[in-house]
Parts: sequence; C-alpha cells; structure tokens
Amino acid sequence: MRFSDVLPTLPLDALVQQSHDTSEQTVQRVLAQGRATNLTEFAALLSPAAQPYLEQMAAASMQLTQKYFGKTIRMFAPLYLSNECINICTYCGFSRNNPIPRITTPMDQVVDETRKLARKGFRALLLVAGEHPKYVSNGYVADVIRELLPIMPNIGIELGPLETDAYRSIVDAGAENLICYQESYHPETYAGLHPAGPKKKFNFRLETPERGYDAGFRRVGIGPLFGLYNWRYEAIATAAHGLHLLRHCWKSQLSIALPRMRPAAGGWTPNPEFHMYDRDLVQAIAAFRLLLPHAAISMSTREHPTLRNGLVRLGVTHMSAGSCTEPGGYSSYDEEAWVQTKTAQEGEQFHISDSRAPHVVADMIRQQGYEPVWKDHDISFTPTGSR
Amino acid sequence: MIDALTTQPLRIGDREFSSRLLVGTGKFASGDFMREACAASETGLVTVALKRAALQGPDEFADILDYLDQDRYLVLPNTAGAMNAEEAVRIARLAEAAGLPKWVKLEIHPDPNYLLPDPIETLKAAEVLVEEGWTVLPYINADPVLAARLQDVGCATVMPLGSPIGSNRGLETAAQLKIIIEQARVPVVVDAGIGTPSHAAAAMELGADAVLVNTAIAVASNPAQMARAFAAAVIAGRTAYELGLPGIQEKAAATSPLTAFLG
Repeated sequence: MRFSDVLPTLPLDALVQQSHDTSEQTVQRVLAQGRATNLTEFAALLSPAAQPYLEQMAAASMQLTQKYFGKTIRMFAPLYLSNECINICTYCGFSRNNPIPRITTPMDQVVDETRKLARKGFRALLLVAGEHPKYVSNGYVADVIRELLPIMPNIGIELGPLETDAYRSIVDAGAENLICYQESYHPETYAGLHPAGPKKKFNFRLETPERGYDAGFRRVGIGPLFGLYNWRYEAIATAAHGLHLLRHCWKSQLSIALPRMRPAAGGWTPNPEFHMYDRDLVQAIAAFRLLLPHAAISMSTREHPTLRNGLVRLGVTHMSAGSCTEPGGYSSYDEEAWVQTKTAQEGEQFHISDSRAPHVVADMIRQQGYEPVWKDHDISFTPTGSR
Repeated sequence: MIDALTTQPLRIGDREFSSRLLVGTGKFASGDFMREACAASETGLVTVALKRAALQGPDEFADILDYLDQDRYLVLPNTAGAMNAEEAVRIARLAEAAGLPKWVKLEIHPDPNYLLPDPIETLKAAEVLVEEGWTVLPYINADPVLAARLQDVGCATVMPLGSPIGSNRGLETAAQLKIIIEQARVPVVVDAGIGTPSHAAAAMELGADAVLVNTAIAVASNPAQMARAFAAAVIAGRTAYELGLPGIQEKAAATSPLTAFLG
C-alpha cells in the first residue's frame, strides 16, 4: 500500500485539534515514557501544553540522538545543477514565470565546483535542480553522478519526481540518497501553490520515496516546507509519512528535514497565521526525535547561525554548510574565506541565512563537543565502486 | 586492586590479547577522545568502520585511522554500511588493499534503524572471506544455529548481540547467549547493547570470552574514565567466571552426600 492511499484516511485535522487541546498531564505521561509511540502522542508533544516542557524535551532528544548517532554531525553540501523549471510554485525562486537568469551548469564546471567543495572537506554532495526534462534529464544526472563519484563518495539527489526506472539508472550510476519534500501535505493548499506544471500531481510526488526505494536508494528524505500551511498539520503528516516508510521501506534510512520558508524571487508573501517560530521548530525537532529515534534529521543553511549552533546538540544529525543555492555559484566563491565574490546572485533559489564557511561551521560543531563527520560512506558500497 | 586480578589471555585466530574488552571507534565527540578512551580501556583490538576511513589514499577529512597506533592495537576493519554479502566482501577487499590487516568484523545490516544483522548475507560473506584467508568475526543476532553454521564455515569468533546497537539495554538475549557459549568452538564476543559496566561483567560471568563496547564509552561525559570502568568490569566478571560462580556450576554438590546411606 502506497502512502497516497493512507494519507486521505488519516484524521489529520482531528489530530491538530487534539494537539491544541492536549492537557499537561498527557504531555507529562508521554515524556515519562521517554518516547512517543504513535501520532496521538506525537501530537501531544507538538502541543501548546508541551511548550513549558521544551527543555525536558530537548534533553530527551539529545540523549536519544547520542545513543544512535553518537556525538557526531554528518556534513554535506548542496550543489545546484540547474534552475530551469517548468513548474509554477508560487513560493519558489525557480518558478517558471520568475524573471531570473536561467542557468544549467556545464559538466566541466560541475566537476570543478565539486572538487572545490571536496577541498573544503565535503565527501557528501546533494545534487539539486529544478524540474525540466530538456535541461535536467535523467541521462544528464546519471552522467554527472558517474563523473563526480570518484571525488564525492556519497551523492544524493533532490530533483523533480521521476519514475522508478529512471531512478534505477540514477542508483546504478552511484547515487545513495533521494530527497523529495512534499512541501505541503494539505491537498488544497498544495493545489493552490502549484497551479501549473507536472508538480501539480500531488500523489505522484507523495509516492516518490517509495518509487525511489523500489529503485534501490539507501536513504530517502522527506519533509514539509513550513510556512505554507498550519505547521502542526504538516508535522503530523510528515510523521505519518515517516512511520509508513519505516514499515514499507525497511532497508532505507529515513531522513527528515524541517525547512522553513525563506524569502525568494517572485515576491511570495507568507501568511503570518502559518508562521513557525524558532521555539516551534525546536519543539518539532524534539518531537520527531522522540517518535523516530533512528531517523536522520537534516538542517540546512536556510536557518540562522544562532539557531543552527543550538540545534547541534538537540537532535539534528546532518548539516550543510557554506551553501550556495545558485547553479554555478560556487565557481565565484573565494576558496579560502568562502565568500561569494559576485555581488548579485539573481539565479538563486532562496537566500541562505547562515553563510559561514564550512570550516567555521565545523569548528563551531567541535566547540559544542561534537565531531563533524565528513566521510560516512564509501564508493565501494555502490555497484560501480570498482571504477 | 583490579591490577591484582589476572585472567587468561584471549586467543582469536593466530593472535593473543591480554584484554577481553574490544572497543568500537564510532560516535566519539573527537578523534582525541577516541584515542584516549582506547588507551584507557587497555584493549588490544579496536574496530573501525571502513566507510569512515580513507581507503583511496590519505585524506585529512577521513582520518579516523590516524588516531590509532597500529603497533599497539590490532585494527579490526568493520563493514558497517554494507547491506549485503557482495558489498561487505567488496569493502573488506578494499581495506586489505589499503594496507589494513586481513581481519574483518563482518557487519551486514540492511535495516538501517535497529542495525540488526542479516543472517543469510552474513553467512554468504563469511564463506567467501574465510575461503580467501580472512580472519572473520561476524556480528550476528543471538541465534545459536547461525553461530554454529558460521563456526562450521571457519569464522574465528562469533559476535552475538546482547540487544540492538546503541540501545544500552544489556543482555536481553541472555538465554540464547548461554546456548551459543555452551556450544562454542571459537571465542564468543558479546557485541552491542552493553550499556553499563555491570552488563559487561554479566556477559563475562555468563562465560562470554570478550565483549565489545562502543556507544556507552563514546557518549559518556568522560569517555576515558568510562573505558576504565568497563575494563575493570570485564576483568571482574571474567575472574569470577574463571574461578567458578556458584550459580553457574554445572554439577550440583550437596554439602552432605546424598548417597552415603548406601555404604
């Protein structure tokens, strides 16, 4: 059974209401058992009644994370291949009607940028692109992966959803990780935000992790985009998705990201009613950890340095650093200081909030008593590893 | 006081180790913490996940092996991350090519959550690697039949789990461990789930030949001190086992002979 069959049967609105109505006693009971074991208990941890228990939740989250991941943070870098896109997503800088310069990075430049990232320490790369069959075809991505694998042993993709066979050829090329954020699990909201392009197909996107799993990805990443709809609704739906994948995709590591909207080209105005505050985000991360102790939780540079520093110990397991969200953007970075030398970055997807250099972030992680782990995968695990 | 206790050395393959504590190197807050904890544990055998090591040449960003003095420890490469026999065999061969000893801790866990080992793939990989001359130490669930099968294949130890990796739940598989120990022709190393020194001591009192500890040392507030605590517990448990504990003596001995009346 696919998650697209499950989602419509879930009482998500009722769970959101239940979360609002949670009593302090329920929160205490869930915290006393040290884990959330179902969506009702997860909703309790997201509740307003749980807010006074944030410190206790954070401590429990830290302890569980240390048990399964140790005092380590795995480092990765995103690399944007192209901002060509045929979709209209009203909140995204790459949306097809936005008058931004459209760039698809040529292969030799992709290789140069990857080498540059490798010199900064990265051994894990996330390839990102808009959805465009002409510029970002399956064959192109597989070629890129084959070319980069000797430089980066761990490669993930975050592209428009593909069919299983297309994913299979990407896995065969050596990709380990597939990320596809649903953006919103609320079908009406989703429909309003995606008026045109293949991304309109809510269920096709929702089933992406399962198709990726069938194709052999070792890690599948899911997440909402907070700020588009009620954050508790999105968190509960993401949790339900995670629980489903744990049962049905048992050989894949589940990875969760909890990105919040950032300003982007196109002038999308957020609805203040859906704003997720820093405290809400921390509460959500701790709640996810208490529900899914083994899940990887990834944190990108879209969050500000103070928050990222604080999250190192609170349940996050993977962090990007020094990221550029514009295709070809790393080429104009000063390698030593890791600052953008170009003044305008009109082709970026969104503007990052933590622009610290990778080595500065790594030092910060060490200061928190954690080890930044750069390499945690080997080329020999891929079928093509002998190359 | 603990120094006054001596235990028989541990023999695995063609090597002898004075310590019966094996240490894992993942999850430490830094390479220095890891190095200090290994030294404090007085272990002779440390295991390293190959996926974190530089196998294709020196790499300052994957330098975990640089923290381990290979004259002092036998570095036991492990195949964590491998999801099937083929991957495990491939990465083991790569480790050998990179100059590591031809020893391998076989870890094949397709389930990335509980990291429970796959018995079928483990047996397959063990057959291949033993045939190629490796000293193979397989991580397994506490399954006595699988343990026997792996010994038939020629594995140098069996390493059954006490409870899932990182869980710190101790010897939840004690009943099965006892059977494995009873039937063992090779050293039995209890691996995974040992969260406290008392768990380690309990494993040794059961008759395990050694224990492997990682998480409980690595995430302790003072890993080196915790390593010492585990080392002491292992020695205490083993000493008691070698002396013979009343509770685990196989033969009953009544204080007054029960058959004296027969004359």
